[in-house]
Amino acid sequence: MRAIHRKLLRDLWQIRGQGLAISLVIAAGVTMFIMYLSTFESLRRTQESYYAQYRFAEVFASLKRAPQWLERRIEAIPGVAVANTRVVATVTLDVEDMEEPVIGRLISIPEHDTATLNDVALLAGRYIEPGRSDEVLVSEGFALARGLQPGNSVSAILNGRQRDLEIVGIALSPEYVYNIRPGEIVPDEGRFGLFWMGREALATAFDMEGGFNDVALTLTQDAAEAEVIARLDRLLEPYGGLGAMPRALQLSHWYLDAELAGLQGVGMIIPIVFLAVAAFLLNVVLTRIIAVQREQIAALKALGYSSREVGLHYLQWSLVIAVLGGAVGTLGGGWMGSAMISLYNQYFRFPFLEYQLSTDVALGAVAISFVAAMLGALGAIRRAVQLPPAEAMHPEPPASYRPSLIERLGLTRGLSQPARMVLRNLQRRPLRALASVIGIAFAAAMLIVGLFFVDAIDELMFVQFNVAQRQDVTVTFVEPASSRALHEIRRLPGVVYGEALRSVPVRLRSKHHSRQAAITGLPVGAELNRVIDAKLRAIELPPAGLVLSAKLAELLEVGPGDDLLIEVLEGARPMRQAPVVGLVDEYMGMSVYMEAGALHRLMREGDNLSGAFLRVDADQVDELYRRLKAVPAVAGVALKSAAIQSFRKTMDESIGLMIFFNVLFAGIIAFGVVYNAARISLSERSRELASLRVMGLTRGEISFILLGELATVTLIAVPLGLALGYGLAGLVVTAYDTEVYRFPLVVSARTYGFSALVVVLAAVLSGLVVRRRLDHLDLVEVLKTRD
Amino acid sequence: MSPSTTTIPETNQQVEPIAADDDRALVFSALGLTKIYRMGEVEVHALRGVDIELRESEFTVLLGPSGSGKSTLLNILGGLDVPSAGRVVYRGGELTAADDRGLTLYRRNHVGFVFQFYNLIPSLTARENVALVTEIAPDPLTPEAALELVDLSDRLDHFPSQLSGGEQQRVAIARAIAKQPDVLLCDEPTGALDLTTGVVVLEAIERVNRELGTTTVVITHNAAISEMADRVIALADGKIASESRNSQKLRPRDLHW
Repeated sequence: MRAIHRKLLRDLWQIRGQGLAISLVIAAGVTMFIMYLSTFESLRRTQESYYAQYRFAEVFASLKRAPQWLERRIEAIPGVAVANTRVVATVTLDVEDMEEPVIGRLISIPEHDTATLNDVALLAGRYIEPGRSDEVLVSEGFALARGLQPGNSVSAILNGRQRDLEIVGIALSPEYVYNIRPGEIVPDEGRFGLFWMGREALATAFDMEGGFNDVALTLTQDAAEAEVIARLDRLLEPYGGLGAMPRALQLSHWYLDAELAGLQGVGMIIPIVFLAVAAFLLNVVLTRIIAVQREQIAALKALGYSSREVGLHYLQWSLVIAVLGGAVGTLGGGWMGSAMISLYNQYFRFPFLEYQLSTDVALGAVAISFVAAMLGALGAIRRAVQLPPAEAMHPEPPASYRPSLIERLGLTRGLSQPARMVLRNLQRRPLRALASVIGIAFAAAMLIVGLFFVDAIDELMFVQFNVAQRQDVTVTFVEPASSRALHEIRRLPGVVYGEALRSVPVRLRSKHHSRQAAITGLPVGAELNRVIDAKLRAIELPPAGLVLSAKLAELLEVGPGDDLLIEVLEGARPMRQAPVVGLVDEYMGMSVYMEAGALHRLMREGDNLSGAFLRVDADQVDELYRRLKAVPAVAGVALKSAAIQSFRKTMDESIGLMIFFNVLFAGIIAFGVVYNAARISLSERSRELASLRVMGLTRGEISFILLGELATVTLIAVPLGLALGYGLAGLVVTAYDTEVYRFPLVVSARTYGFSALVVVLAAVLSGLVVRRRLDHLDLVEVLKTRD
Repeated sequence: MSPSTTTIPETNQQVEPIAADDDRALVFSALGLTKIYRMGEVEVHALRGVDIELRESEFTVLLGPSGSGKSTLLNILGGLDVPSAGRVVYRGGELTAADDRGLTLYRRNHVGFVFQFYNLIPSLTARENVALVTEIAPDPLTPEAALELVDLSDRLDHFPSQLSGGEQQRVAIARAIAKQPDVLLCDEPTGALDLTTGVVVLEAIERVNRELGTTTVVITHNAAISEMADRVIALADGKIASESRNSQKLRPRDLHW
């Protein structure tokens, strides 16, 4: 090994504490980068191959009932590659030990051969056999939640008749990677089961022989999706078509894509913060090292080392630190990525989900850590390169000090000499002091970014379940019913109060945009399900016109005053027009609201309702559920408590891990910055401090000079960091701003307090480490060495 | 290479040698060297027109109080600094026309430096400090041989902090001569040392000059040391104040401090 490399390694060993702190910051950034992006890539790759292997369709449409021969006509639409008709039905399941209703979705599959589209992946058991009409495959999520195995059976009410469905296999489908019921926030797989059943058996049970009520398509390469959808809609219209939708809007795919976008966004933003901090730390440390090694640099140059070689030597310092950080980060990121994948595997159901850390992502991580190292080293190295050897031969002239600004303003007449030293030292190197402030502020900011998710989710839950949705139970009907149904429901046992829900499936059009949605009609003065504005006040829906969620308005490019074309997708399927009269910021989904009376007028109908919101008596819910299960007109019963529970569970599991690591990493940043700042002050000023000790100052007094500076920097940094954290949280909120959900930008006092506390603790801790060194300052040795 | 013109390979410049009154080959000839530093708002005239010629294997002592400009002159001769005006010719090549790269190669291949404060790399052992040079020089001694020349064979693997001042300075000398330099430039080599150690260091320098025939320039403000030189040049206030030749050189141990 060359002597200059030995010098590098030994010098690095000398500053191992600081080097390690910086390596850890880089490692944290690289870990995040790898974790998020490798998870993103693995999911994306899995998604693609799953879709391809099981022939996931590209256009989906539901309808009331169409004769089988229509399939040919669908296939004849230009641009359609394959069309696959099905029978799909939603039923109420009767699950033992479960009083509350459970919903099942039955999807037909061919008895004889495999489905041409949306094929099922059989995980256990066997495929259904022809002629055995009660055999079904059950979705993995439901089987796991309910402890079902092949050989078990589930009782269901099919078209009013009780049937026992015999489970022969456990399966998955690309159509239900994210298995969520429409209108729910998070999947609750134990309350929503998928069953794949023989086409003939299912058709027979629902009087669909010779017909279908669901169709899925794939397109040819050159197909124009919108055109195909328009033609399909025209074809299905006479048969009660509910409007075809492209894959992009298919519920499971929509969620999966939103999640992937979020992963990618966060995977890009967060690491940048860490690497910026690491670059800054490297810069500070290297600048100091180059100042200390001034005479060594002069010697190297005098010995005949070129400026380039000297520059390269110091660049290698930061590269070694970066390589170390990058390696640890890559390992950590790989480990955490595989943990994250198994977490995803609980919510996104794939028949195979392999974690893979691609060379691209790994190289990307190496590249960004190198870039951080270079950026950090550059300024410092330029100084080493430009240092004229003849000048560097002499020790650095005494630093030039001036009375600090505060002193010149005359604010410090009573200031002690040590306090003056603290102030003047801060002012002498304002850029470095500022950089330290920014570094520490970033630590506080990272903590806030990590922790504010809890606040955001609390707020989201509070708004969603306490302010907006105050009902305990939501009942939906198979078909819209007359107002009499509300009276009947109100009379059921346990119902304390009930309000009508009218929900009309529509397609909204504006210019070239169109979007499927449901207009929710709510009564004037609604007590249960309410529309809430940004200040959490209930909005009184105007007597006419639509109130849109802001996200939907953004997608449709409309605002208050604009007219929307409404294509109703039920009943007589009228075309209507209505103005947008208001926007509302909502955290979940994309809603459209209308005052119930206005909606009825729009639909030219009586006081119809599609369901009801109920407040119930907790003591009588079991009885209520039992009664509701037996009503054939009831399509679904959603329980708020169950939704809250499953939402909490999901968030606790997925966000808990993320928060833990964010806090850990932010702690690393805080400690790294403060420790480095302290060590550098100590190195710069040990002679000065030792001289003061010789003059008779106590350890406490010299500690005050050094640590006072640190404390001042920390105290300035903390409030700044809290503000910065709020800003960064805003950035993350924007990254997660998907059609599925938006996080509210809420940071609680608790989060601010905890973040400040962690940073101050990290500062105190590094202060103590340095204080120990100060206490052991060898006066004679320090004074002897030339700085 | 013809005796009338020489070329510094790195700079590729040819010049006529300046006429000599000595039969030894001319190593340096400097004409009208001026150096002005700017220290904040003050201009410091470190050199005010110095003419000097140095010949092969000549041992020159530069005498002068601090601020007389002797370090500046040495740094310019060693290619560490450039003059504000004037020219330096090294073996026929114009040093003052070389760029940073040219000066680096000049230092690497021809010059050995010894500094008052040794400037050893603290994280490298004696052997490694010397290796720092032998790894980049074209025709070096081995580090062991160089350290042998300064009587430090038993201190090869000691770090600077484990060596006395005199030993550190001898490592510095070994490091300077390991490349077999054409010129050895020493800036106050005994300035930080006591008498006895100083003598050991001077003996090492003298031995290199005598045995390897290296042109040697030693800066000192200690007039006694001048008695071991062939030539003594005294500087004062940036100019040459006096110049003399010793008819007889003293061995370092015979110097009276």
